[in-house]
Amino acid sequence: MQYTVHHTTIYSYADPVSICQNEVQLTPRLTPWQSRSDFQLEVSPQPMLLRNFIDSFGNEIWYFSLEEPHNELRVTARSRVRIMRRPVPIPTDTPAWEKVRDRLIAAENAEMRQVSQFRFESPYIQHFDATRDYARTSFTEGRPLLDAAVDLTSRIYREFEYAPATTSVSTPTLEVLKHRRGVCQDFAHLQITALRSLGLAARYVSGYLVTAPPPGKPKLVGADASHAWLSVYCPDIGWIDLDPTNDIIPQERHITIGWGRDYGDVCPIKGVLTGGGPQILTVAVDVAPIESGE
Amino acid sequence: MARGAYRGVSDTMIDSTGAVSAHPSGGIASQYFPSPGHFDEMKGADGDVRPAWSRLVQSLNSEGEAGLTRRSEQTRHLLRENGVTYNVYGAAKDLERPWELDPIPLMLPISEWLPLADSIRQRARLLNTILADVYGRQELLRSGILPPSAFFEHPGYLLPCVGIEPPGGIFMHWYAAQLARDSSGRWIALGDRSQGPSGAGYAVENRIVVSRTLPEQFQSLNVVRLASFFIALQNTLANLSHQHRDNPRVVLLSPGPKSSRYFEDVYLARYLGYTLVEGGDLTVRGDGVYLKTLGGLLSVDVIFRRMGDGRCDPLELRPDSPQGIAGLTQVVRDGRVVVANAIGSGFLEAPMLQAFLPAACRFLLGEELKLPCAPTWWCGTPENLKYVESNLDRLVVRQAYRHHNVRVYVGSSLAYYDRAKLIADMRARPGQFVAQEPVIGSTSPVWNGDRFQSWHVTLRAFAVATDGDYQVMPGGLSRVATRSETLTESMAAGQRSKDVWVLAEGPVDSITLLRPKKTALELRRSSNDLPSRAADHLFWLGRMIERTEALVRHVRCIVARMTSELQPARLADLHQMVLAIDEPGESPLAGLDTAEESIWQSLVESVWSFLHDPYRRGGLFEAIESTHRTASIVRDRISVDGWRIINQLTFPPSSNATAPRTTADLACTLVPLDQLLTWLSAFSGLCNDSMTRGPGWRFLDIGRRIERALQTLRVIRGLLVDAQTEVLPRLEAMLEIADSSMTYRYRYLTTLQLAPVLDLVLADESNPRAVGFQLMALSEHVGSLARDESDMVRTSEQKIVLSAQASLRLADVESFCTVNGSGDRRQLDKFLSLLASDLRGLSDSISHTYLTHTVDSRQLEAQLQVIKRA
Repeated sequence: MQYTVHHTTIYSYADPVSICQNEVQLTPRLTPWQSRSDFQLEVSPQPMLLRNFIDSFGNEIWYFSLEEPHNELRVTARSRVRIMRRPVPIPTDTPAWEKVRDRLIAAENAEMRQVSQFRFESPYIQHFDATRDYARTSFTEGRPLLDAAVDLTSRIYREFEYAPATTSVSTPTLEVLKHRRGVCQDFAHLQITALRSLGLAARYVSGYLVTAPPPGKPKLVGADASHAWLSVYCPDIGWIDLDPTNDIIPQERHITIGWGRDYGDVCPIKGVLTGGGPQILTVAVDVAPIESGE
Repeated sequence: MARGAYRGVSDTMIDSTGAVSAHPSGGIASQYFPSPGHFDEMKGADGDVRPAWSRLVQSLNSEGEAGLTRRSEQTRHLLRENGVTYNVYGAAKDLERPWELDPIPLMLPISEWLPLADSIRQRARLLNTILADVYGRQELLRSGILPPSAFFEHPGYLLPCVGIEPPGGIFMHWYAAQLARDSSGRWIALGDRSQGPSGAGYAVENRIVVSRTLPEQFQSLNVVRLASFFIALQNTLANLSHQHRDNPRVVLLSPGPKSSRYFEDVYLARYLGYTLVEGGDLTVRGDGVYLKTLGGLLSVDVIFRRMGDGRCDPLELRPDSPQGIAGLTQVVRDGRVVVANAIGSGFLEAPMLQAFLPAACRFLLGEELKLPCAPTWWCGTPENLKYVESNLDRLVVRQAYRHHNVRVYVGSSLAYYDRAKLIADMRARPGQFVAQEPVIGSTSPVWNGDRFQSWHVTLRAFAVATDGDYQVMPGGLSRVATRSETLTESMAAGQRSKDVWVLAEGPVDSITLLRPKKTALELRRSSNDLPSRAADHLFWLGRMIERTEALVRHVRCIVARMTSELQPARLADLHQMVLAIDEPGESPLAGLDTAEESIWQSLVESVWSFLHDPYRRGGLFEAIESTHRTASIVRDRISVDGWRIINQLTFPPSSNATAPRTTADLACTLVPLDQLLTWLSAFSGLCNDSMTRGPGWRFLDIGRRIERALQTLRVIRGLLVDAQTEVLPRLEAMLEIADSSMTYRYRYLTTLQLAPVLDLVLADESNPRAVGFQLMALSEHVGSLARDESDMVRTSEQKIVLSAQASLRLADVESFCTVNGSGDRRQLDKFLSLLASDLRGLSDSISHTYLTHTVDSRQLEAQLQVIKRA
């Protein structure tokens, strides 16, 4: 499938912002199953400096600074993305999760050592003790890794209420676990914490989800939003994506921007500013399928 | 290397059969008994004085106890005079402690030093190579030499810095190794400091003091000089400039006055000749880093940082670091500024790395590690964890990745519960713990007033990167303590410090840091790198100095009248004078009935509390404290002599803690008050005579002028507005407080009248104490500040001064003297109060226009990842 992605973020300030340094991660990543053409980043007002680099995870980051007083910052990222189906292993054919855990701990080759990065605590992934019991219900003795992981994904989908506006970026996973509600970011963090608490490797994926309009209604432009899910690592197979918000294994409708240990490594926009007063944030994402072939 | 001052010195040992006797007979040193079981620095196992010490010991013996006592007093005196202190984290009050230095240096023969320096150089090369690898190719990770945990569980491994390559491949421009000896005398590394190690400034200060207290010994023993190290540091930093400018701008980035290292930040900035800045003084604009100065933004080439890694950039590193510089990492990535040491070099400070250095050395350098580490077990593997658990009694357990402000567990002294808890914690998170065999360290004599005691010793050694290698400071900072447990690897630990003398075999060169550069410097008439923040503090220093002086003059005038028969004063006048020491209506005595019998005692107590009570608002204590505090913040802008004066600004604490106080108690304060005034005058003299007329001086002087005018207005209002009693005694006091008695007598002989006094202290533009004079000076200052503005419109500061000046010049002093119906000079009071509020407005306006540049920055609101779920 091929899509166009428009992602516009607007910050409106009550008072002028005199100076502002920012980093954005909005470039869909190149992967074996995802290609990209025509990426454009528009920043208004015109930035003093705009440059890009590849971070330690391989994601593209754009840095820009605004040095003239402004009351509004507008960032628009546009791209065309093509996604192919990727092979998904049969869950029950994957190795027992304890075997995977032991191989990760042994870290016997360079790849495993690199993957280890996603086994430890990170700023948003803490408190393994509290999540381990929750994870154990799915990860019974000798159960194949992916089979257990898919079960955990389903349980989060079933047992947690999807409740926008009840959590924020800084809501701790423990709160989410306690109140059994949150949004995609919270669910991704929760499942990552649960997997890592067992000694497994899991990473956070930032991206977009193509949403179908309700039956009989036209698709609304800007109705989409940025999405988050996770990946779990299985030796000899690689990384397998899981989406606890929708209880699916991501395929052609998940567009990947990048990945990291948690949200903090891949947040779409961050910045430090001087002045500004209260901020109003507006986000509009539009992912549209390009119907007929190229 | 041999690039230091002792180049060419041969490697031969100082022969123990050499010129000096190893058996100084008798004397105080013979009464030094090292604690058994340790390597002693001064005496060998046979009890003989080691050759390197023998000449020092001989000369100390010949001077005896009296000589040592004198030298140790001199040491304390010099340290106090130079204001050498260190701050202690966590202590809310009394942050500053005096620095303590033992008069006896630690002696190391060059034959022992050279191999040690060689092993420190190897270690520094290794550590730099490790940084290059972990932030570059990551071979140490790929090959499994370092466990993944060393990267990914390590909060000091900064992912945003991966891939950044600093100029010349130098990550670690300078470095400190913390060393101690084992019982055989072998030097062992306890830890590494790679982010901007502290201690080098104290090493210089120790050297300056000890070389002064032991001058003959310092000369005759061929002590290798430290300066070569700092010259190498200057060169290394100068060569980092991306444009290779001949005179690059290097700034020393300090976390600020609250940091435990602030004294040293200031000291090093001055010693190395760099501008001292805090994060708020720097800003990222475009692709560069700039220093915010009064004269505008100046581009910065090199940031010599003393700030922790994560604190440097709130955008890419720790978001909760308002003291950082947003965008700095990106500028570094672009190669437009160099940060020394490289951001991320704190990676090396993790105690767990000690366990992996020998293997890393073989892997990266193909060499054996020369300087051994204390035997270390990282608990992240099951075997190590098991070993540590079963040998806990003889190990010290610490955090694997943090060494600052964390608990260290001494296995043998753990209580039952603590031990069980530690083992449970280690099992739950084994990767977070590391265990080491404790290193007891050597012992050394420490002078304890009347005899030598045997204390434990650690040595902090420093190395600086030079042309592909490192150069080691010939000496270092030694810390000593009575118990070895208090000598952890931290700099602040230990009770005292020692200078470290490396003894060459022949004469050594003397070197100064002010040396001719290869090319001539461009001549400059002013230095325009005064950060706005520093100007702000100088302005307030001027105000506080002047306020202190005015209060001292005022209270001295009162005390003199209360305690002397020669200047008898009526109670009512005294009462007025005591009231006048505060702003009108703000005196604690304001509601007191003058008819009461207890009035005299109330006045005595009130003056007493003004002098001694630290909580008395507007009291002398508060004024002196504020002066000290403000001065310590801009210490780098005050000359060494000026700082010595600031240190003398003290008032002795109260000797009589309980009321009632008597006039005799008060009389005792006259001498210290006079002394205080002398020091304050000395400071003013120094500012006038020795400070270049740059922006720094200007803001200091603006502060002084505004405060002096305000203080004079306060006294006039307090003393001369009331007309209910005879004005004569108060006129006399007025002249005395305003230091204008001489001028008055010269002009008017002894006839005291209100109008001429008022004219002299208020309007006279030729009297340096009069309000008119201050306005004249201020008019010049604000004019000169405004000169850069091209337009002809007057600045608001100029308008304020002009209008105040006009109203004062036009004022009819004679008419101010008339008394109205209610028995006071209300017209005068109103005039003075308007003038005072003009001056306060001027102060605010100057702050607003020129000084206040510190606006808090904050984070952009985060974007939640949220979709509409079907």
